[in-house]
Amino acid sequence: MAENLTRRAFLTKSTALGCSAAASPFLTTASFASLPTQNRVVVIILRGGMDGLDVLRPWGDDRFSSIRPTLAKSFDEKLMLDQFHGLHPRLKPMLPLWRAGELAFVRAVSTPYRNKRSHFDGQDILEAGTPGLPSEYGRDGWLNRMLQGMQHTHGETAYSIGTQPMLLSSGQADFFNWSPDADVALSAQGLELLQRLYRQDPEMHSALMQAVSLSESDGDSAIFETAGEDMTMAVQNNMAPGKARLATRRVAEFAAGRLADDARVACFSIGGWDTHANQGVSLNRPLSYLADTLNTLKSGMGSHAWQRTTVVAMTEFGRTVRENGTKGTDHGTGGTMVLSGGALRGGRILGQWPGLAEEDLFERRDLMPVDDVRRWAAWVMRSSFGLETSFLEQTVFPGLELGDDPGILL
Amino acid sequence: MKNSVRFAEMEVVLQFDPHLAEIRFGCGLSPKVSAPASVEAMLSSLAGPDQAALAFPISETKDVLELNVEFRRIKRKISQAKKQGNFEPEDKEVLNNVTRKLRRLRETWLNQALMRGVWTEDGFRERLSHFWFDHFSVRGKDPAFANLTATYVETAIRPNIAGKFGDMLLDVVLHPHMIRFLDQQNSIGPESDFAQKRRAQGKPVGLNENLAREILELHTLGVGGPYSQKDVRQLAELLTGLTSPQNVLFGYKADRAEPGSKVVLGKSYGGPQVQLQDIRNVLNDLAVHPVTARHLARKLAVHFVSDRPPDALVEAISVRYLETGGDLVESYSAMLNHPLAWSRKKANFKRPLAFIMSAMRALAVPETVTGGWKPMHFERNLAHPMALMGQNWLAPLGPDGWAEDDEHWLSPQGLGARLQWSMATPPKLVDALPDPRSFVVDALGANAAEDVIFAAQAAETRNVGVAMVLMSPAFQRHGV
Repeated sequence: MAENLTRRAFLTKSTALGCSAAASPFLTTASFASLPTQNRVVVIILRGGMDGLDVLRPWGDDRFSSIRPTLAKSFDEKLMLDQFHGLHPRLKPMLPLWRAGELAFVRAVSTPYRNKRSHFDGQDILEAGTPGLPSEYGRDGWLNRMLQGMQHTHGETAYSIGTQPMLLSSGQADFFNWSPDADVALSAQGLELLQRLYRQDPEMHSALMQAVSLSESDGDSAIFETAGEDMTMAVQNNMAPGKARLATRRVAEFAAGRLADDARVACFSIGGWDTHANQGVSLNRPLSYLADTLNTLKSGMGSHAWQRTTVVAMTEFGRTVRENGTKGTDHGTGGTMVLSGGALRGGRILGQWPGLAEEDLFERRDLMPVDDVRRWAAWVMRSSFGLETSFLEQTVFPGLELGDDPGILL
Repeated sequence: MKNSVRFAEMEVVLQFDPHLAEIRFGCGLSPKVSAPASVEAMLSSLAGPDQAALAFPISETKDVLELNVEFRRIKRKISQAKKQGNFEPEDKEVLNNVTRKLRRLRETWLNQALMRGVWTEDGFRERLSHFWFDHFSVRGKDPAFANLTATYVETAIRPNIAGKFGDMLLDVVLHPHMIRFLDQQNSIGPESDFAQKRRAQGKPVGLNENLAREILELHTLGVGGPYSQKDVRQLAELLTGLTSPQNVLFGYKADRAEPGSKVVLGKSYGGPQVQLQDIRNVLNDLAVHPVTARHLARKLAVHFVSDRPPDALVEAISVRYLETGGDLVESYSAMLNHPLAWSRKKANFKRPLAFIMSAMRALAVPETVTGGWKPMHFERNLAHPMALMGQNWLAPLGPDGWAEDDEHWLSPQGLGARLQWSMATPPKLVDALPDPRSFVVDALGANAAEDVIFAAQAAETRNVGVAMVLMSPAFQRHGV
């Protein structure tokens, strides 16, 4: 039983055990209905305020080097994407994506949030997709509202992955929440005993079988022959405070696996972007997680699914244009959006460049946001899932004007 | 027919039972602490002194204000220094120390909160404290507030659990956690003196409706209640002046308050002279509104009895609440003395906090074990698993608190995390794991279901056996 529980094996097993399968979203007839779309979208929330100017360096702007004396030191011709922009050295593993036309950036974008620069409020607005604080509009996330407009969805269409609940995916529509950190480890006999216990409790039985199946879907065993050393080791390892790198990798692997199968929407977060000090060092880690995540999604999904996938990575705000006194940057406004995926018409830098002259900055300190980050997300949703403009402008992103089609997808 | 209800063909006697009382309304069975003897005993210990808080103290907000002030002072100093380019690395070290201290306090309080549940003879009080925190949910927006949330419960919620609802409402609304969480400190009466000054300086002024809206929508009448946007606006004007200074618990700044009378639900409050008493008056009236009574009665019944509680039970609580002007002990009494509160049908699924607390109680975890833990142990064994189960301790996602419906908690991730915890953590909580055969009795009583007894004795190891008991439906639910 240590082999992967495929859906079919899982189905057979559940039926053989005579449990009440009706309660499981895996087993509803809708699960097997053909979907109108093969397209997939992944939304990554970059928590903490990513410094877009360090990620995508505007070397072509004369002021860049002087405005960032320590951060803009290491010019490297090999990292240049075009005449103007170069990648941060830690994003070198993303160069193959760029060359394949599977990576793009949108410059100088932000949510409608202005002036206050609080992570808490900024992330709430980013995830709620509203023009102001979600308290004034409602308490659900834009990705959840988007899902409500998709046709033929079912229990496995959309996944919200990770330990922390996300406002982005909260709401009426059914998002499947799973964190690879919740992987279980149990002996085969223990599983049998639990199944016996759950004979009178179909909801618990269904949740247990899905937990076992999901635990095994990323490759490691959940059910062991005996309650011996192997099981005990796995129990302790699963509980171990995951090394962040591994935890991030596991999330991406899990997402890739589900998207290769029946899932069409997935979201999760990557944190660590709040680089107030020693950004030359502190930004390295989240950047390498981002690069690793994109590459893991691509390799884990397989080319069929990847060719139909668009990844949208967005942050609550950009950071100050100038370095602060501690070789870092403080909370700002205009930021950078990262797009990736096989469905993307990539290899391009999108959006307008507002310039770095003091009079061009927002409040003389932040990159001027020239476009609404929600507009770009909305066009990805529209191009991927054929959603109506009015639905996107009124329901998903209230008050947004979609404007001209930027032609994001192939 | 007293204490009995007719179900279809058969008559089932529904009444108080000590074990069910502890499992449904308390913190679960314990091998060391006996279950309550009667409804009267439950209510009288609730009306008496808060023994658990005395045994396992948690600070009140006023006792930790200094830390909050220090946190803000050093943050401001660093941010100014950065602007002026004279940043001193020692300041960063000071900030780190304060943040560490705050985090350490949060862990200590998590431990105290759990120990209260493990050793209390008054388990209903613990559950009520969770319930009312949830009703008045707040989330700290910065490390100082986030780590001090336990003091909000201790100051504004817990002392009022056995009092009048109106008093709790008032204490909550005047508490800095609620004021800051719902942005009340930024709300300025458009015609106030302060607004005139700010306008003259070209600074923005405005009302913030957040707190007013949630008071009506969540705390009192409920979302379907008989109020309009106009009532929200008028209540928001009435609330202006409430602020949260750093170094005192509560502040009222008359120069920010909107002058003139305001009409909320058809009744006029205030006049040309602004005063805090107007706010007290409107909150008191909202507290004893019949729709508030109904809203709270239903919430109590949903939380303690069933996701879909019988109307008769809700009605009984609501009537007593209104008759007594929002007396909470009387309202609990109406619930506990109603036969429908003792239904033997499948009961609510425990929330993660109730599950972990009751598991630790069944294991009779001594204070000394978790008391000696390092921060990483708390993170690994309690805080992170609870977050994985979906309930980040004292940090709900929004002002509407955690979900009540079982379906929300019975997710694959939620159940997987419970199983993982049941396998991995009990061995770390006690010197030696109990024999699963006796643990069944500790956790579920002498009348535990046959299949749980079977699973406990059939398990290959003690570890798996204990996990089977903790994961059984009888333990995961508040009574079956």
